[in-house]
Amino acid sequence: MDLAILNQKLTGAFSGMAYSTAEACGQATVEVPADRVKDVLKFLRDDADLQFDMLLDVTAVDYPARTPRFEIVYILVSTERRHRIRIKTRIEDGRALQTVSDLWRSADWGERECFDMFGIRFDGHPNLKRILNPDNFYGYPLRKTYPLRGERDPAFLDYKETEPA
Amino acid sequence: MGIELIRGDNFMTTTLASAVNWARKSSMWPFPFGTACCGIEMMATLASKYDMARFGAEAVRFSPRQADLLIVAGTICNKMAPVLKRIYDQMSDPKWVIAMGACASCGGIFDNYTVVQGIDEIIPVDMYVPGCPPSPQALMYGFTRIQDMVQKGRGQSLTATAEAVPVLPV
Repeated sequence: MDLAILNQKLTGAFSGMAYSTAEACGQATVEVPADRVKDVLKFLRDDADLQFDMLLDVTAVDYPARTPRFEIVYILVSTERRHRIRIKTRIEDGRALQTVSDLWRSADWGERECFDMFGIRFDGHPNLKRILNPDNFYGYPLRKTYPLRGERDPAFLDYKETEPA
Repeated sequence: MGIELIRGDNFMTTTLASAVNWARKSSMWPFPFGTACCGIEMMATLASKYDMARFGAEAVRFSPRQADLLIVAGTICNKMAPVLKRIYDQMSDPKWVIAMGACASCGGIFDNYTVVQGIDEIIPVDMYVPGCPPSPQALMYGFTRIQDMVQKGRGQSLTATAEAVPVLPV
């Protein structure tokens, strides 16, 4: 995805929104504020020149030292235009994002996995429950604070989540 | 015994228990619980090159009610544990269990929050086959040791439920 075209498109559609772009290994990344991310994604999907019709993955990264703590990554592909892009946004622990499962059906399971592994809530999701871990699981195992060996880990005694599932 | 002397080589006397156990060990029907790469080695063992049919164990049953040997070949995670336990409970007595490979025996390299640290935390195990994954020869060796147990009337399911199920004495 050509960043120049994308910059032009984004500044045209979202004037005044603070965002940053980066490029690595020929792949473009755009970081947008959490409250605008759904608007941006919808725009990227619906714009006639961009046509990102496929959401490849929704995932998250935990940076315990940062504020906000979590980074949510959306990987988009346009099967029509044959280009791809990563959209990132940052969110604090305990805050919720808007679901994009109404834009792409594939977001349904991706967001459930984010919820299961990182404890990130998505408002408006039709079925936000654990997907990979058992239903009676406690904690969010892909957070850096989670003890690696789970309940068998001595550190599990001190492990507490701010917001149990 | 005198009957062999009278009738020649056409007769063999034995106890009913050892005759039944011989029949059991020679026609074990395995339930393949292949959840990881050990499952591939188990398939190779069952297929023509190594051929478990040589030991009479070629009738692989995907219904636990028809099987008497549970081969747990692969990693068992916490979410799979209730499934495995239920399948073991559905098998009719007497039954034998092989824990094939490091994961089924002790969790293997997966010392983490998802993996059961050995299926003996959930169900009784008769034979542990080491390896990561074990070679077909190793599984066949483990299976022949199971056959020895069957012939001698030994097994976790026999000792665990000795009161409830009448066991043929050897």
